[in-house]
Amino acid sequence: MASAAAYDPYATSGAARRTTVKVLIYMILALFAGYYLLPLVVIILNSFRELEEISRDGLIAIPKSFSLQYWPSAWSTFCVGGTCEGIAPNFWNSLYMTVPATIISTALGAINGYILSKWRFPGANVIFGAVTIGVFLPAQMVLLPWAFVLGQLNLTNTIAGLVFVHTIQGLSFTTLFCRNYYISIPDDLIKAARIDGAGFWRIFYKIILPISPPILIVTVVWQFTGIWNEFLFGVVFSSGSQQPITAALIALTTSGTSVREYNVEAAAVLIAALPPLLIYFFGGRYFVRGLTQGAIK
Amino acid sequence: MASLTIRNLNKSFGTVDVLKGIELEAESGEFVVLIGPSGCGKSTLLAMIAGLETVSSGEIAIGERVINTVPPKDRNIAMVFQSYALYPTMTVRQNITFGMENRGVPKAEQEAAVERVAALLHINELLGRKPSQLSGGQRQRVAMGRALVRDPALFLFDEPLSNLDAKLRVEMRTEIKKLHRTLGKTTIYVTHDQVEAMTLASRIAVMHQGRLQQFAAPKTVYEQPANMFVAGFMDSPSMNFIEAEAAVAGDRAAVVLNVEGEPVHLPLNQGQAAGLQPGQKLVLGLRPEHFSPGNGAGDGASLSAHVEVVEPTGAETIVILRIGERELTARFDPDLAPHEGETVRLAVDMNKACLFDPDTEMRL
Repeated sequence: MASAAAYDPYATSGAARRTTVKVLIYMILALFAGYYLLPLVVIILNSFRELEEISRDGLIAIPKSFSLQYWPSAWSTFCVGGTCEGIAPNFWNSLYMTVPATIISTALGAINGYILSKWRFPGANVIFGAVTIGVFLPAQMVLLPWAFVLGQLNLTNTIAGLVFVHTIQGLSFTTLFCRNYYISIPDDLIKAARIDGAGFWRIFYKIILPISPPILIVTVVWQFTGIWNEFLFGVVFSSGSQQPITAALIALTTSGTSVREYNVEAAAVLIAALPPLLIYFFGGRYFVRGLTQGAIK
Repeated sequence: MASLTIRNLNKSFGTVDVLKGIELEAESGEFVVLIGPSGCGKSTLLAMIAGLETVSSGEIAIGERVINTVPPKDRNIAMVFQSYALYPTMTVRQNITFGMENRGVPKAEQEAAVERVAALLHINELLGRKPSQLSGGQRQRVAMGRALVRDPALFLFDEPLSNLDAKLRVEMRTEIKKLHRTLGKTTIYVTHDQVEAMTLASRIAVMHQGRLQQFAAPKTVYEQPANMFVAGFMDSPSMNFIEAEAAVAGDRAAVVLNVEGEPVHLPLNQGQAAGLQPGQKLVLGLRPEHFSPGNGAGDGASLSAHVEVVEPTGAETIVILRIGERELTARFDPDLAPHEGETVRLAVDMNKACLFDPDTEMRL
């Protein structure tokens, strides 16, 4: 380190001063990180504190008691809206909603992107523009139309209905992501494959998909977290046992009993936040890379 | 093996006509080079032969079979792209076998074909690698291998050497020529490089602004260019064009140049003079190598010129000369080259001179 520093042509000060500056920078960064993490820390601590202690000392306090019982309670026994099965059913609802909607919207987005970049036809740009308008439409604006469509399709208050809504809503993003990624793949590859005798689907499977993992991971992370965390559609288009976990969390706080069980609520919130956290944990590295990097030259 | 016939071929994108009335014929085993400046339509023509672009009107036939609407895969062609277009996630071997897999060629046959092509192009040790692990020259070889393995009726090359450095380009050029001699396949080769065209082609098709300007053997295109565009395009440095008039000097036909008010007569031979009227406006075309130091033999034509710039390139020396108001480029043997600032006497080889009509730009 010392020898490297000695050769630094831009050095304007001595080693001692550089160290001071570094310490200062790291202290500021640590401060910001702590500030950001504080709400999470409070929630985590509260999920292990006794209710009595929370009521006495307030939500933000150094824990004096510790119990693991609130997590299982939040998961499987706590009463939400009359049924006492915890939030596990809603957790599974969310999973049954998020996984198919993510997979279908990503798959369709990849195919859309492939067509709109490599099999362009007259009016392709207009269609692409129309599809991406969905990116900019606020969810409140599409609530009524969706309510009407779900009613017509007999999908009101079903998980299938939510899968349908999230798939269609997600297409705007997935198409945008994939099309912009595929547009940088040289057209000569497609031409060469056509001369080599490959057709539309074979080129997609053998040439396009193998170079797609960066953008597919981005799309999956985006869709999974977006759909899992989505609240408005969940709370409007479903109720009771069909609700995804985000909607159920609200039901949990307002369910009948006079006493707010903050420790159970904290545990429930953390359970609800786990899947997106895991997705980011495993896909995050690719996420940043995929968003910033173009396609393979 | 098969011939290629193109009859009255037209292509337009919207209201823009990119190809106009192309007539071209490649005999079986021939090496035809399409050459022209950027935007002349040569690559579009190749894409139409490959089936990657639709035909607006006219006819393309391989052998006896008209292929206007036949999809690329059924045309029995193979193509090498300027960008090589190797499939990035496949190994070299998979790149080469991809086409055969698509056509359902049995595994054993595929293996044999890969071995044959790998030996031919010396890429055996590359078969397990990905394209990203190859150098430019190696990628070029693999791209050729992918085309060769097919045993097609027609080979199409789209500026295959443009992305290589100068030395490698010359090597690969020789190699392509050898391959063509070995395999004897009908080949259509697009380039903008005159040297590639001259060295490789059995016939050159010179294109400009969507029209075929001349389609002839390299020597013919060079010595008897159809018009001023072909004459100017097919060499570097390009042909000198000098405004002149037909005249009679003594008992011989000649062209006369006006050099600062003084007429300079350059005698013509009988063949060149046929049909010229004295006083007729002309453009005299002289290639840089048509000048040499001295007075010329016997009745030879000669000029006096001031040496402006001398550019030695090693094997030859390019000299920029001034004759009156005109600048001319000449090519000399380095040992005979004059020095900058000198005024020299130059012999002109009028037997090789080309005469053009200044209005139509066609050769007379």
